[in-house]
Amino acid sequence: MMRRIYLDNNATTPVLPEVFEAMRPYFGEHFGNASSIHHHGQETRAAVERARDSVASLLCCRSAEIIFTSGGTEADNLAIAGLTNAGDHVISSSIEHHAVLHACKHLEEIGCDVTYVPVDGRGLVDPDDVGRALRPNTTLISIMLANNETGVLQPVDAIGKIAAEADIYFHIDAVQAASKIPIDVARIGCDALSISGHKMHAPQGVGALYVRKGTRLQPLFYGGRHERSRRAGTENVPGIVALGKAAELAMQGFERGDDQKMCALRDRLQQGILAQIEDAGVNGDFAPRVPNTASIYFDHIEGESMVISLDLKGLAISTGAACSSGAIEPSHVLTAMGLRSDRARASIRLSLGKQNTEEDIDIALALVPETVARLRELSPVHKKQAVNS
Amino acid sequence: MPSPKTIAVAMSGGVDSSTVAAMLRAEGHNLIGLTMQLWNQRRLAGHEGMPEQVTGRCCSLDDVYDARRVAEHLGIPYYVVNHEERFERDVVRPFVAEYLSGRTPIPCSLCNNHLKFDQLLVIAQQIGADCVATGHYARVEYDDTCGKLSSKRWLLKRPADRSKDQTYFLFGLTQEQLSRTLFPLGEMTKPEVRELARKQGLALAEKPDSQEICFIPGGDYKRFIDAYLAESGEALPDTAGELVTTSGEVIGEHNGIHNFTVGQRKGLGVATGSPLYVIQISGAHKQVIVGSDDHLYSRTLRAHRVNLISVDDLREPMRVSVKIRHRHEPAPATLEKIAADEVLVTFDQPQRAITPGQAAVFYADDTVVGGAWIT
Repeated sequence: MMRRIYLDNNATTPVLPEVFEAMRPYFGEHFGNASSIHHHGQETRAAVERARDSVASLLCCRSAEIIFTSGGTEADNLAIAGLTNAGDHVISSSIEHHAVLHACKHLEEIGCDVTYVPVDGRGLVDPDDVGRALRPNTTLISIMLANNETGVLQPVDAIGKIAAEADIYFHIDAVQAASKIPIDVARIGCDALSISGHKMHAPQGVGALYVRKGTRLQPLFYGGRHERSRRAGTENVPGIVALGKAAELAMQGFERGDDQKMCALRDRLQQGILAQIEDAGVNGDFAPRVPNTASIYFDHIEGESMVISLDLKGLAISTGAACSSGAIEPSHVLTAMGLRSDRARASIRLSLGKQNTEEDIDIALALVPETVARLRELSPVHKKQAVNS
Repeated sequence: MPSPKTIAVAMSGGVDSSTVAAMLRAEGHNLIGLTMQLWNQRRLAGHEGMPEQVTGRCCSLDDVYDARRVAEHLGIPYYVVNHEERFERDVVRPFVAEYLSGRTPIPCSLCNNHLKFDQLLVIAQQIGADCVATGHYARVEYDDTCGKLSSKRWLLKRPADRSKDQTYFLFGLTQEQLSRTLFPLGEMTKPEVRELARKQGLALAEKPDSQEICFIPGGDYKRFIDAYLAESGEALPDTAGELVTTSGEVIGEHNGIHNFTVGQRKGLGVATGSPLYVIQISGAHKQVIVGSDDHLYSRTLRAHRVNLISVDDLREPMRVSVKIRHRHEPAPATLEKIAADEVLVTFDQPQRAITPGQAAVFYADDTVVGGAWIT
C-alpha cells in the first residue's frame, strides 16, 4: 500500500480526533433540536452556545456577534448581500476567492458598482488604492485576510482604518487565516468576518460570520428565528460543536507556538525544494504570509502534470483553485500578481495542516524534485534552454 | 496475455471509452483515466439562438460525472485535464474561419490532430503512461512482417465494424502518435461493445451515441458562429453576396457564404424550374455558384497538408480508394503528388459534391495510406 501524504490543507483539512470526539455525541446521544424547550433541546442549545463562546474567543469578539452558517461561502454571501443595496458601490480585490468575487459579480447584476482593486507583484493590495476607490455611495469594502493560493496576508489593519474614517462597512474573508494566525476583529476594526470549519480541522458544512454588534444585516433566506433572525434554519449542532472545539484547539495551539512550528516546517519544505531545483521561486515571497502555505513555480513544467504525477506517487497537492468538473483553471490570483501565464501554469500550492509531520516533509522533499526533473526532461523548452546555457 | 503496461485512457463519459477502460482493466494493466476539458458548454448558453441549458454533451458536467463514476467503479485514478485554450485556438477558431472563407470544416480531425493525439499523449508521457487508449473504432498495427513488402511502419486500418469506422477522422496521426496509441475497440462491433459494457456492470451501457459536433449543442453551426463572434466582441463579417449560375448569370443574392455548403439544395431562396444545388463557394468574390445536379460531379480533386501513414512518400502514382466525407463509400482513384505538400486525386468515376475544407482520405483495402485537406 502506497503511503499517502496530504499537503493540500488549504483545500480542506482532516477533522482532528479531538474535534471528532467532541461532535460525536451530538449525532445520537444528544440529538435535540436546539430550539426545543425540553431537555433534549436544552442540551444542544447549551452546546451551540458554548461553541459560540469559543469561536467568539478565537476572533476576540462577543458571542452574540457570531452567526453560524453552512460554511465560508455562505458567510461571505451573507455579509456581501446582507450589507448592500441596489445602487451601492462596493470595493473588493482581484484576488478574492470565488465566494466573494462571484457574490460581487451578482451585485453588479442587480445594480451595484464594484471596484476590484489590483495587487502588486507580491500579491498585496495597496490600501491607498482602496482609499482612492472610495465614492460617495461606497457602502462596503470586502478584502480577504489570507489568500488561498499564495497565503499572502493583506494589510487589513490599514484598510480597516480607511473604512472607519469613511464610515462604511468592512468585511473580511478570513477563511484561510482563521486558526493559522491570531485574529482580533476589534483591533482590525472590521464589521464582518467569515471563517470556515473545514479549513481549520472541523468538518465540511459549517462556518461562521462575525457581524459587529448593531450592524443591520439582511438575511439571505427566510424561516425560523434562528441565529437572532439573521440565519434561518435548524442549527447544524454537530458541526457547530466541532467548529467550537477546533477554535479552542487553535487558541491552545497559539499558546504552545504551534504556528511557529508549522512555519518552520513550511520553510524547511520551501527552502528544501528551492535548494534542489533551479529556475523555481515562491509566489508572494516578499509579502507576509500565513505559516502553512507555499505557492511555488517551476519554470518549463505544467502544474497540472505535476499534480497528477505526484498524486500517482501518493503526494496530494494542488495548483490552486479547481473548477466544478475538477479541471484546472488558470489561476486568477497568480495572473493578477502579474505572473507570466506560463509561470502561473507552472505553479503548485503546498499547504500544511496540524496533522503534518517532519516525515511528511521529508517525503515531499524527495518526491517534488524528482518529479520536476522528470517533467523537465520531457519539456522541449527546457531542453532548448539547457543547451543554450 | 501481454505484460501489464501503464496506459492513459481517454474517457469521454460515453459507452465506447468506458468499455475500453473496463477491457484494459480486466487485462490487468495499470490505468489512468483522463478526461479532456475542451470547451465550456455554458459559455455561449443563453446567447441569442443558443440553448439555455446544455446537458449530456461532451465536456458537460454530466459527461465528466459519468466518466468519474466509471473510473470509480473500475478502481482507477482519474483526472480532468484542461485544454480549453488550446481547443479554442486549434479547433474552434479555425472552424469559424473556414466557414467564413466558404469552406466546410471538420473539427473532429483538428481535435484529433491537435488535442487528443497531441496534448493527451504529452500529458500521458508526463504522468508516466506508456501509451494512450481511446474508444475510436479503428485499428493500429505495426507492419514488421518478414519479406520485401514490409514497410516497417505503423499502420492505421479500418475497424471490424465498418458502420462505426472513424479512420476518416484519424488520417492526421503521425508514426510517433500511432506507435503510442491503442484502439481496443478495433475488432469489435458496437453491439458487442454495449454487451461488454453491460457485462462489466457499467451503468451507462445504454447511453445513446453522440452524433453532433461536441461544442455545438443542437448542431446549429450558423447560430454558433454568430454567438461565438458576438461573445468575442467581433462583428460577423459581411459575407453576403451574389447567387450566380454556373454560366455566370446573377440570379439573386445570398445572406452570407458561411450559410452554404457544396451540394446543398434547400434554402437558396430562388425558385426556378429545375432543382438548383450549390456547386461552388467563392470566398474571394463572396459568390455562391449554383447549378443543376450534373454540375456537382467531378473526377478530380486537389488536396494539401498531406499526411502519409502506410508509405513514407508518393514516388509514383498510386491506385487507392478515396473517401471525401465521413459518410462516403471510398471510390477507386489514382493518387499522385503534384507539389511538395499537395496531391491530385483522379477518380475512375465522377464523384458528387467534392467539398473544400473536408478531408480526402486514401485507402489501400483496409489500410489508410494517408489523407489531405481538399482545396
